[in-house]
Amino acid sequence: MTPTPQTTPPAGARPLLEVEDLRVRFSRRGQPATTAVDGVSFSVDAGEVVGLVGESGCGKSVTSLAVMGLLPSRGTRVTGSVRFDGTELLTMAPGQLAARRGKDLAMVFQDPMTSLNPVLTLGRQLTEVLRAHTDLDRAARKAEALDLLGRVGIPDPRRRLGEYPHQLSGGMRQRVLIAIALACSPRLIIADEPTTALDVTIQAQVLDLLTTLVRESGTAMVLITHDLGVVAGTCDRVNVLYAGRVVESASRQDLFARPRHRYTSGLLAAVPRVDAPEGTPLQPVRGTVRDRLEWDAGCAFLPRCGRGDGACRTGGIPLAPTDADRARHPDHEARCVHPAGATT
Amino acid sequence: MSALDAVGTTAEPDAEPTGEAGLGPWAAAWRRLRRNPSGIVGAVIVLLFVLVAVLAPVLAPYRPATGQWFGEVTPTSVPGPSAEHVLGLDSFGSDLLTQLLYGARSSLVIGVVSTAVGLAVGAVLGILAGGLGGWVDTVIMRIVDVLLSIPSLLLAVSVAALLGRNAVSIMLAISAAQVPIFARLLRASLLAQRGQDYVVALRSLGLRRRRIVVGHMLPNALGPVLVQATLVLATAVIEVAALSFLGLGAADPAVAEWGRMLVTAQGRLEQAPQLAVYPGLAIAVTALGFTLLGEALREALDPRSDR
Repeated sequence: MTPTPQTTPPAGARPLLEVEDLRVRFSRRGQPATTAVDGVSFSVDAGEVVGLVGESGCGKSVTSLAVMGLLPSRGTRVTGSVRFDGTELLTMAPGQLAARRGKDLAMVFQDPMTSLNPVLTLGRQLTEVLRAHTDLDRAARKAEALDLLGRVGIPDPRRRLGEYPHQLSGGMRQRVLIAIALACSPRLIIADEPTTALDVTIQAQVLDLLTTLVRESGTAMVLITHDLGVVAGTCDRVNVLYAGRVVESASRQDLFARPRHRYTSGLLAAVPRVDAPEGTPLQPVRGTVRDRLEWDAGCAFLPRCGRGDGACRTGGIPLAPTDADRARHPDHEARCVHPAGATT
Repeated sequence: MSALDAVGTTAEPDAEPTGEAGLGPWAAAWRRLRRNPSGIVGAVIVLLFVLVAVLAPVLAPYRPATGQWFGEVTPTSVPGPSAEHVLGLDSFGSDLLTQLLYGARSSLVIGVVSTAVGLAVGAVLGILAGGLGGWVDTVIMRIVDVLLSIPSLLLAVSVAALLGRNAVSIMLAISAAQVPIFARLLRASLLAQRGQDYVVALRSLGLRRRRIVVGHMLPNALGPVLVQATLVLATAVIEVAALSFLGLGAADPAVAEWGRMLVTAQGRLEQAPQLAVYPGLAIAVTALGFTLLGEALREALDPRSDR
């Protein structure tokens, strides 16, 4: 229905991860089905850091779980296509997919306080992945675990190996989780709000560590966040999600310099500025995600948009370069009838 | 910094928060257990019980169930405490203290073995049900429901009646009554773990389900089961006595057994009440010990009791 994004990678290389028209519907007996992800398409090149941005409930986390095949099978319908290095993941047998998880693609979760097993030592949990995916013997696994802890900047790793998660701070735990995700040198890491549960001071450190490590090892990363500040510091490309669809896709520079979709520009305008004159009111995006139109009936953002009109009430608005970008920035796409800054 | 040093705080450079002074979850629970007075009382009783059972041959002044002073027992009187027999004789002319000490033995062996068997079988069923889910879960839990609907003593009595009167069948009878309890408990405990974040995280690492269930969820789910096992031991001690009281106990009269001591004491309740009082007390105190220990364990293993 909608054309796939034209994010052609350099010189004929195939993207590492291609998500095409991904749809996830949850149904419960006696309740109307809800569509959490409604035709998301994006791609990630090898070694690239791609952001998925959006507010709560726009389908970010569900997208990542669907890519990893971690959604519960009961009551969930996943359609579309997720290709990893050319292999379709959605139709893959569960056992085969499990064999690739942790080895080829790994995930860093949002809450480091609950994502580690509370009754096992960190050493056990670190060596567990190595045990599942490598042929290393016990001693080699331990040496590798020590090395990993050192790489994620945990002091005195030898002692930490024998400790339990509750003996570490949140930042330290997130470092351990990053170490676990990186253990088998995956080619893609999906980081689902990796810094949301951390103190602001720690956030920067952890984010820094994560990006440094993926850049060093050439690992591609999908960074899921609701924080535009996080995106600004880390991503190569950004996909803005709204109501289960990508509404804008651009390089980081283009997105911040020339936001096209009215939702993106609204989000950027909502970021409080230190240099604004005192007393300047904050500019929130009005309404909530619940005030939405079905995509088939028009732009889902219309009820909250200040610029929308009757032209927005047609289904199937394509994700395409705006007139202003078509010539110079063909990879800057927006799903908008009245894009911002269209006159330039 | 210098101010802190002056107060005498150790200059620990590492400012990481360490929950209970750097203890693992099991060590922390152990520490909480040691600080619980009723837990200590329970532990002491249990320890004494075990010691008595193990050391019965050393502690007992005579050999059990010999009946060698049968001549001193008359139809109307049983000799009371004396210099040679601290608690007197029983109605068959054996030393009462000796019988009591050896009685601890059979209670301990039958109680522990039957609880171990019940725990093992129940745990396997619980792991299958809670770990696999689906139709396996449904089938196992329906069977467990049926077993649970029968009062446990009735179940034990029927199994004992079916299998005959020997020690092994009593153990099986008692464990049969425990299997559904453990199966249901472990399943519930595992189900509570299934939705935890760390389980999703482990799945994202491509670990096999068996590995996740047995290696990760089980250690987390074990706490309530341990508590239940201790409490069930108390019930088992009582059930051993109850079965032999009902005449379903071990048939061998040479084996001293608290329940049977109670039965034989019945006939002489008026002339020699001590024959019923001592074994009754032994049963009650032992059961109390296990219960106190179990309750203390429950508190110690409860993550909310951190404070």
